[in-house]
Amino acid sequence: MKTAVLVFPGSNCDHDAYHALKHVVGVDAEFVWHKQSSLDGFDAVVIPGGFTYGDYLRTGAMAKLSPVMGAVRRFAEGGGPVIGICNGFQILLEAGLLPGAMIVNESLRFVCDYVHLRAETERTPFTRGIPAGTILKIPVAHYQGNYYADEPTLSALEERGQVVFRYCDPEGNVTGESNPNGSARNIAGICSEKGNVLGMMPHPERCAEEVLGSADGRRLFDAMAAGPGGRSG
Amino acid sequence: MKAKIYVTLKRGVLDPQGKAIHASLSHLGIDGVEDVRVGKLMEITLKEIGPEEARRRLDEACRRLLANTVIEEYRIEIGG
Repeated sequence: MKTAVLVFPGSNCDHDAYHALKHVVGVDAEFVWHKQSSLDGFDAVVIPGGFTYGDYLRTGAMAKLSPVMGAVRRFAEGGGPVIGICNGFQILLEAGLLPGAMIVNESLRFVCDYVHLRAETERTPFTRGIPAGTILKIPVAHYQGNYYADEPTLSALEERGQVVFRYCDPEGNVTGESNPNGSARNIAGICSEKGNVLGMMPHPERCAEEVLGSADGRRLFDAMAAGPGGRSG
Repeated sequence: MKAKIYVTLKRGVLDPQGKAIHASLSHLGIDGVEDVRVGKLMEITLKEIGPEEARRRLDEACRRLLANTVIEEYRIEIGG
């Protein structure tokens, strides 16, 4: 399996993602500069976190226009696995590949902390083998992670099983106190209707090894590497 | 030709900055403020393309880039 790690001006989690994929999980990984317009030959795409274009105008608003995003759109339409992490999630929202938008955290503070997530569905390539109800400990680091969508959109997301992760307490209870940013319905991650595109604010690439405080993030990349029919290497 | 584009959060979308500013105004003793909403103002200088064409292009610019219509609304002022 060969994974593309996209690099935009201002990406800063690209090396962490590359390390987690290549050195921890052991799949092939390659950086792809945002000016490239093809993703031919890749089996999965990671849009890493950072502050693309200095967050000018809105988070992800500039990056959505980079040439590589046309290739991401085609890759996603073809059913290829795409994961957008933090700013990568914001880019997917701005690009319209996932519904909704991000607004400033309710607290008006940058939140940088470990949070607990309750997995809600195994239907994405990154959560296959992680049963609903599983609690993961993964860090967040963002100022605009307050997920917003109007009520009809939120209801549709729930009905179609597109909510992938919710912020919860260590026991898995979805509470107001465990919501770090004010996100609607404690949403931490959602997927596309087909399930192959996942966006999430928490950073699995930052917790893929026990030495970093948690290895829970590795499970997402292991799931991706395993593919539908088990590990393909 | 000059144009101004105002981008604001839609009604119903929480504006934490506006809320914080509202509270600060109260702390300053500036009373009588009912609500504060924070937005953006973009001043755009256009080549001479005529007001109708300018509005058409700026409307497209707003929909495709300058505003995120999931959470924001925009208003275009041409001239002045």
